[in-house]
Amino acid sequence: MRKILLMAALLGFTWACSNNSSSSAGPATSSSSDESAKASTAAGSTNYDSVKGAGKFTHVELNEKLDDKMIASGKSIYELKCSACHKLTAEKLVGPGWLGVTDRHKPEWIMNFATNTDEMIDKDPKAQAMLQVCMVRMPNQHLSDEDARSILEYMRKNDHSK
Amino acid sequence: MYTQKFYLLAVTLIGLSLATPSCKPRNESTAITSDAAEKTYVAPGKYDEFYNFVSGGFNGQISVYGLPSGRLLKIVPVFSVFPENGYGYSEETKPMLNTSNGFVPWDDQHHLELSQKDGSPDGRWLFANANNTPRVARINLATFKTEEILELPNSAGNHSSPFCTENTEYIVAGTRFSVPIGDNTDLPISSYKKNFHGTVSFIKVDSGTGHLSLAFQILLPGINFDLSHAGKGPSHDWFFFSCYNTEQAHTLLEVNASQRDKDFIMAVNWKKAEEYVREHKGDLKKVSYVHNVLDEKTQTATSTKESQVLVLDPVQLHDFVYFIPCPKSPHGCDVDPTGEYIVGSGKLAALIPVFSFTKIQKAIGDKQFDGDYAGIPVIKYDAALYGEVQKPGLGPLHTEFDGKGNAYTSMFVSSEVVKWSIKDLKVLDRKPTFYSVGHLCIPGGDTKHPYGKYLIAYNKITKDRYLPTGPELAQSAQLYDISGDKMEMILDFPTVGEPHYAQALPADLISKNSVKFYKIEENNNPFVTKGEKAAKVVRDGNKVHVYITAIRSHFVPDNIEGVRLGDEVYFHVTNLEQDWDIPHGFAVKGAANAEILIMPGETCTLKWTPTEAGVFPIYCTDFCSALHQEMQGYIRVSKAGANTPLIFGTNLADSSVAKN
Repeated sequence: MRKILLMAALLGFTWACSNNSSSSAGPATSSSSDESAKASTAAGSTNYDSVKGAGKFTHVELNEKLDDKMIASGKSIYELKCSACHKLTAEKLVGPGWLGVTDRHKPEWIMNFATNTDEMIDKDPKAQAMLQVCMVRMPNQHLSDEDARSILEYMRKNDHSK
Repeated sequence: MYTQKFYLLAVTLIGLSLATPSCKPRNESTAITSDAAEKTYVAPGKYDEFYNFVSGGFNGQISVYGLPSGRLLKIVPVFSVFPENGYGYSEETKPMLNTSNGFVPWDDQHHLELSQKDGSPDGRWLFANANNTPRVARINLATFKTEEILELPNSAGNHSSPFCTENTEYIVAGTRFSVPIGDNTDLPISSYKKNFHGTVSFIKVDSGTGHLSLAFQILLPGINFDLSHAGKGPSHDWFFFSCYNTEQAHTLLEVNASQRDKDFIMAVNWKKAEEYVREHKGDLKKVSYVHNVLDEKTQTATSTKESQVLVLDPVQLHDFVYFIPCPKSPHGCDVDPTGEYIVGSGKLAALIPVFSFTKIQKAIGDKQFDGDYAGIPVIKYDAALYGEVQKPGLGPLHTEFDGKGNAYTSMFVSSEVVKWSIKDLKVLDRKPTFYSVGHLCIPGGDTKHPYGKYLIAYNKITKDRYLPTGPELAQSAQLYDISGDKMEMILDFPTVGEPHYAQALPADLISKNSVKFYKIEENNNPFVTKGEKAAKVVRDGNKVHVYITAIRSHFVPDNIEGVRLGDEVYFHVTNLEQDWDIPHGFAVKGAANAEILIMPGETCTLKWTPTEAGVFPIYCTDFCSALHQEMQGYIRVSKAGANTPLIFGTNLADSSVAKN
């Protein structure tokens, strides 16, 4: 009798906790940018789009011809904020190598992951699988929408030329 | 099971009822109400309603608490070095603690003042005084960093500071200890009356940047200047200072400075002083002081020597400085929210005098003077007095206001807070403090618009309030709910250092502007490393500059060879993170200074002078990720004159590293 009560109490407690953590982020799952906080309320977890990921990018227009200006900008952002963890080859450093990334993910997924990192790590199946491999949460590097698009173009250039 | 529980409960209750009277001091039961816990409970994950900035006294720092919970949120180093984050140790922050006496790593921090607009706190800056080596500091409340420290010449001990005018036009400083001033200061102490002088300084605050500049000083007789507050509303143009030791004693002040029945409140018309400055009526005096500023973009402090100050002499230039007699050895000098009433608290007086600004103006107009003191007119006591609070308690020190017509005065000797009505000067309530209360704080309590919900008493003595910790015990704050007619004590919390004056304001005035990280693109530190590709080690004579990056969870470079004994190594660590709450730390074995904490997007420099040859680990000190323990590296130090090649990198092939 005592055990059952204790278990019931524990269950109740656990349920209450998990209920809380889905509405307000704890330290381990904090989404620190205002944008991602907004996105998190917009994207319902029931009909999650694992192809495009969670975030503001639902349709990204790509031109066949690569944009040199965006590539140059993407390269300098890469060197400042990304190269610490990502190589341009397929080799994993801290995070996965970038070679082939534009074949593995849709452009929307890439841009959402780059700008809405925390929420994606918390709910996207592919991002979570990668976290189990890398064991380091990708930092939110506060890329602007434009930054993310330039990075995408730089990734396309990297994939096309190899 | 039921009986067992009941038994436990009963035992607990009996235990509590037995324990309570034996370990609590007298009056406790009347001081605490049953819903105190509810009033101060802030649930996990919830924010406090107010920020409370509390001076650290002899620790030279400021501590920041949340109210009503009393939870410590942060310690901001100001006048003291702080090995915890490298303040005063890093190359970028060392110049902040420079003075005309060289590097001074400590001070005694007494009073705080929040910047104001239209007489209300605006949440932009916090000002702090240094009582020992006279200085004032400005803290940016978006970053909680000390951004500026200005030294004060012609001063010894800056106590009556850093109170500000209604729109932060000026903050003030005043000498607690008068000293010889001028070219020859090597004079006999016994010549105090002849040769010693005091000054009060008016420091201009740039309304855009907050930058401080010493606008002018007023030369005053050799007495002690204690506390001050600016006028407001009708008294906007005036500043009031309490003065003691009008006996001009230079020894055994405990007795010799307590002889006169009355000392003074000094009233300064700073608008009139500004006129004199504009008319070039002051004297430019040669002095030596320094001005230290932390540049936001380079994140680096510079220390500049200044060599002159404009001095106004009220004996020569009339009609802007007056003395008002105030019994006896006044300490607090507080102006009510309307700006009409000035409360002087004579430490040794059995009453609290309240002066009327209107009457002071009339007395000046009608020249109702009682002669002069050292050439400065003394207004007749009765001509300036609104009235006296009779028998308020023993040892009145400081007064704050609730904006509802009430004043609250701390009583050091009788250990209590006394609430009284400004209008009819009647005592309305008194509650004990535990023990020997100094300053009081009501959020906005020295401004035009107090938030009269809580009052905090800062106590000097806490014997028997907390678990004993050897001879030295924590000092404390006590929180009172003052929303009703009677004050209710609702919380005790220990403080860091010795709390003197404090300030508090609604949290959203600050929290909404809080900086989360520094944009790496805007980092203009001359030693920044923008991306791992730019990491390098550069030898310049015997100086070795290591441009090193940190990101979860590795350094680049993390293997360095080619340093020799006799070298000075400068680790310029750039944190490449761009996310909130991800600082990295940096430490190297045998460093004779401290560690550094580098905020996201920031560059900080730790100087290291190796003292023996060998291999020394470097590592991150701030737990940053699951692989934080892996965030480490090595630096090899060879003998003086060795020809070990300079090699650096992360994940270098072994073949590229020297074999010897």
